[in-house]
Amino acid sequence: MPPFDRTLDKGAAMNLSDAQPLLQVRDVTLQYKTRDHLVTATYRVSFDVYRSDRFVLLGPSGCGKSTLLKAVGGYLPPVEGDITLKGQAVTRPGPDRVMVFQEFDQLLPWKTVRQNVVFALESSGRLKGKAADERAMAYIEKVNLARFADSFPHTLSGGMKQRVAIARGMAMEPDVLLMDEPFAALDALTRRKMQDELMQLWEDTRFTVLFVTHSIPEAVRIGNRILLLSPHPGQVKAELNSDGQDRTDERGLRLSDRIHHMLFSGQGVEEEAVVHG
Amino acid sequence: MANDTVLRPEYVRDQVQEHDFGVVQKPLTPWDRLYGNGYFRKGVILLVLAAIWQAYASYLNNPLVLPTFLATLQSFIERVASGELVGKAWVSIKVLLQGYVIGMALALLLTVLAVATRIGNDLLETLTAMLNPLPAIALLPLALIWLGLGNPSIVFVLIHAVMWPVALNTHSGFLGVSNTLRMVGRNYGLSGLGYVRQILIPAAFPSILAGLKIGWAFAWRTLIAAELVFGTSSGSGGLGWFIYENKNTLDIPAVFAGLFTVILIGLLVESLIFRTLEQRTIRKWGMQHG
Repeated sequence: MPPFDRTLDKGAAMNLSDAQPLLQVRDVTLQYKTRDHLVTATYRVSFDVYRSDRFVLLGPSGCGKSTLLKAVGGYLPPVEGDITLKGQAVTRPGPDRVMVFQEFDQLLPWKTVRQNVVFALESSGRLKGKAADERAMAYIEKVNLARFADSFPHTLSGGMKQRVAIARGMAMEPDVLLMDEPFAALDALTRRKMQDELMQLWEDTRFTVLFVTHSIPEAVRIGNRILLLSPHPGQVKAELNSDGQDRTDERGLRLSDRIHHMLFSGQGVEEEAVVHG
Repeated sequence: MANDTVLRPEYVRDQVQEHDFGVVQKPLTPWDRLYGNGYFRKGVILLVLAAIWQAYASYLNNPLVLPTFLATLQSFIERVASGELVGKAWVSIKVLLQGYVIGMALALLLTVLAVATRIGNDLLETLTAMLNPLPAIALLPLALIWLGLGNPSIVFVLIHAVMWPVALNTHSGFLGVSNTLRMVGRNYGLSGLGYVRQILIPAAFPSILAGLKIGWAFAWRTLIAAELVFGTSSGSGGLGWFIYENKNTLDIPAVFAGLFTVILIGLLVESLIFRTLEQRTIRKWGMQHG
C-alpha cells in the first residue's frame, strides 16, 4: 500500500455537468512531415481534461501520444479539430502549459538547479528577482533537492535531473503540466520512486497533469483517467478510470489486464513490451 | 529446462560497516599530481623542443640560417628590455583586436540572421562557401586600393580572416542545439534575440569557442603576413614589420625573436584567455570533458 490514499472521495467529486473542462481536445488530427512521407499521427482524437486530473495518454509506440502532447504544448498546429485551454485556442507554446520531457538535457547545462528554475520564472515573466528565487527554492525543496540547489545539472543523476525538471515545471504553476514519458529513461527502481513522489506532490498541490506513457503499470499507478490510443494513426480506443490500485472489475479482470487486452487484442505480435515498468 | 539449474541455498548478509574496511580514498603520489598538471606536461614538451633546437643549431653552427635557441633568447630579452618588441607587439595587438572584435560582431550578426530567416541561412551558407576558402592576404592588394595605405586595410583583411570561420562554427553550433532545449526555450516564452542570447548562444558555446580560437589563429597569421607584405604605414610597424626589417639587416636572431614573440603571444592567449574561458564555462557546465 502506498503511504497515501488515492481512492476517490465520492462526496467531494463534482457533478460532471457542473464542471467545466480545463483542456478540451476536439477531433484533433495531427500530421507531420518526414523526409519522404506525410505521417498522420492522430486521427480525430477528442478528450477533456478537468482541473486536478492526472490524465494519462497511453498507447504503444506510433499511437501519436507524444505528438498529441506537443500539439497541446502548442508546438504543432492540428490540421483538423481544435485544442482549447480554458476556452482559449492553443496556438503557440506558452508558460500556461509547461512541458517536462523525457530527455535529461531539458535542463540548461549552464545554469545551476536553482538558476534553471529561476530562469523559467523570469523569462516567462511570472516572477522577478527575489520572488522568483523564493518560489524556485520552495519547489526545489518540494522535490528534496535543496542540498543540490547550487549544483550544475551534469553533476546530478538522471532521477535528480528529472526532479529538477518537474520542480521547474511546477514552479511555473501552469494550468496544466505536460509530461512526456518523464520517467522512461530512468531505471526501474528510480522510476517507481519517482512515480510515488509525483503522486505525493499531487497530493500536496493538486496540479493538473497530462501524462504520456507507454507503460501500463505506470498509467494505472499515476492516472485517475486513462485515454487508450490505438496506433497508426492514433485513435481513441477507450477512456478508463483508475484509482491507482489496479483493482479487479466484476468479471475478475485487473485494470492492467483489461488495458492490455484492449491494446493488443487481435494483434499477434506485441510491439514494444508494454508490461514492464 | 528449469530442472537443469543447480539448486543452491539462499543467503542474506549484513552490510560491512564503513570503519571496518581500510582505505577507500588515498592521496595521489607527488608524481601523479605533477603529471596530472597540464601546465607541467606542456612545459616539459616546450623544454624538450627548445633543447632539440639548441642542439641542432649548435651542430649546424650557422647563425645566418638557424641561430641557437640561446642566441634567440638573448636577442629576445635584449629587444624586450629595450622596449622595442613590446611596442611592436602592442601595435600588432591593437590592430588585431580591432579586426577580431569587428569580425566577431559581424559573424554573430550573420549567424543570428541565419537562424532567424531562411534567406539569412542561404546567405550565410553561400557567403561562407565562397569566401572562407579565399586567403585573407589575397584581399590585401584590393584593400589597399579601396582603403588606402594604412590600418583600415589591415583591419579589413583581419575582419575577413576572422568572420567566416567564426560564423561557420557558430552557425553549426546553433544548428546542433538539441530540439529539447529549443522547445524548453519556447515553452518559457523566449523568442527572437532573447532566445538567441539565453538558449542558442550558451548551448552552442563549445562550437562558438572553437570558432573564436580558429578565428584568433587566422587573425594572427593574417596580420603578420599583411605586415610582412605591406610593412608600416604610420611610422611604427608591428611584429611582422619587425621581422621584415631585421631580415633585411640579416639580424637573424632578431627575426627569430620576432617569431618567438608571435608564438609566445599565441601561447599566452591560448593558455590564459581561452583556457580560463573554457574552464569557467563549458567545463564547469559539463559540456566538455578531458
